[in-house]
Amino acid sequence: MSEELLAEPGWLSEEVKTGTTIIAVTFDGGVVLGSDSRVSAGESVVNRVMNKLSPLHDKIYCALSGSAADAQTIAEIVNYQLDVHSIEVEDDPLVCSAATLVKNISYKYKEELSAHLIVAGWDRKEGGQVYATLSGLLTKQPFAIGGSGSFYINGFVDAEFRKNMTKTETQEFVVNALTLAMGRDGSSGGVAYVVTIDKDGTEEKCILGNELPKFFDQ
Amino acid sequence: MSSIGTGYDLSASTFSPDGRVFQVEYAMKAVENSSTAIGIRCKDGVVFGVEKLVLSKLYEAGSNKRIFNIDRHVGMAVAGLLADARSLSEVAREEASNFRSNYGHDIPLKHLSERVAMYVHAYTLYSAVRPFGCSFILGSYDEDDGPQLYMVDPSGISYGYWGCAIGKAKQAAKTEIEKLQMKEMTCRELVKEVAKIIYIVHDEVKDKTFELELSWVGEVTKGRHELVPKDIKEEAEKYAKESLEEEDDSDEDNM
Repeated sequence: MSEELLAEPGWLSEEVKTGTTIIAVTFDGGVVLGSDSRVSAGESVVNRVMNKLSPLHDKIYCALSGSAADAQTIAEIVNYQLDVHSIEVEDDPLVCSAATLVKNISYKYKEELSAHLIVAGWDRKEGGQVYATLSGLLTKQPFAIGGSGSFYINGFVDAEFRKNMTKTETQEFVVNALTLAMGRDGSSGGVAYVVTIDKDGTEEKCILGNELPKFFDQ
Repeated sequence: MSSIGTGYDLSASTFSPDGRVFQVEYAMKAVENSSTAIGIRCKDGVVFGVEKLVLSKLYEAGSNKRIFNIDRHVGMAVAGLLADARSLSEVAREEASNFRSNYGHDIPLKHLSERVAMYVHAYTLYSAVRPFGCSFILGSYDEDDGPQLYMVDPSGISYGYWGCAIGKAKQAAKTEIEKLQMKEMTCRELVKEVAKIIYIVHDEVKDKTFELELSWVGEVTKGRHELVPKDIKEEAEKYAKESLEEEDDSDEDNM
């Protein structure tokens, strides 16, 4: 009994991970990114409302997963690099530039870092694009999912994704995927953050727990 | 407008009383001693033409190139000290390569020319080094941004152009270039005109034989910078020679 009273709480010693669900999907004219909001340290929820969708530039965002500190730091560094780059070339940066910058850091420090960022955005040359940068790999995909919660929805996204959906259909697809993952993954939960990027601008939305769609829930 | 800069022209780190850096101006004179190079931008690409003077019959044809490839989509035509130009082409290649490595796509030409110009400019600041004795013209073609043409001179400044000329006959070449309606021409038409201009400005009396180096980048090459294929080049040279003869004939008629 006395040992339990003196035991340290888990969140003092456990690394803070964004055990997460993140998703990014292209549609005809842009991209939609989505994430949950739970940050865990072992068994404690350290932050239940964290926004894991981080801006890299006006029309380029990234979704964070893995170690919270590593992912945030990569995102901040790339945000700075893209700022300088876009001033030097006197133009908005391409999404592939943002993704390459993230990939370069992830690969160079792959032994020390443990973060997976999905980079997604819109540029005038290629429109909406999604890039996965897991541990230093770089691939362009029609959609990408990541984080611990993503394993539960692989089947769902493979079955339900269609190319060139409308903006609203894509937002619904993203919210459904997040809800299903949050329902089964202990490390994902809270609210759903959704960011939509197209040629007209960027729109951030937060969907509270009680507003999420309801699935079979006996 | 040449004046002697006695005393103020020994190093690039000295201004003259009337605000000139003579070393940089002398470097530009080195460019003016070299044979002519021109670059013209048209509707769907960029064409380069260089008048390569043949100083010895023993030279192998096609050697001592004055047009370089900087990355797949960028070409560089030079005038001035060839060794300086080769060194700068390596600088440009490294810039383009580093950009691709860091940002994942082709370097925009404006950015490349600004970076190389910055490098050239650095050598005009110190007495320990001399300025580069060459000017060069950079050209590229991109599906979204279209054709681009930039010129960098020894002072380290870079301008965008529709058409420009460097080297000994640059004034005459510029006059000929200004006669063209380049914005409405395609690369195929422009190749012939570029060859014609080089033939026109070539001085038969002072310089004997020359070799024409012709390259292009545009929609016709799918955005890759290449030497103009042999058959098109021969057609262009034939057109150039025939146009010269016509002008000679018309001169005789006037007499």
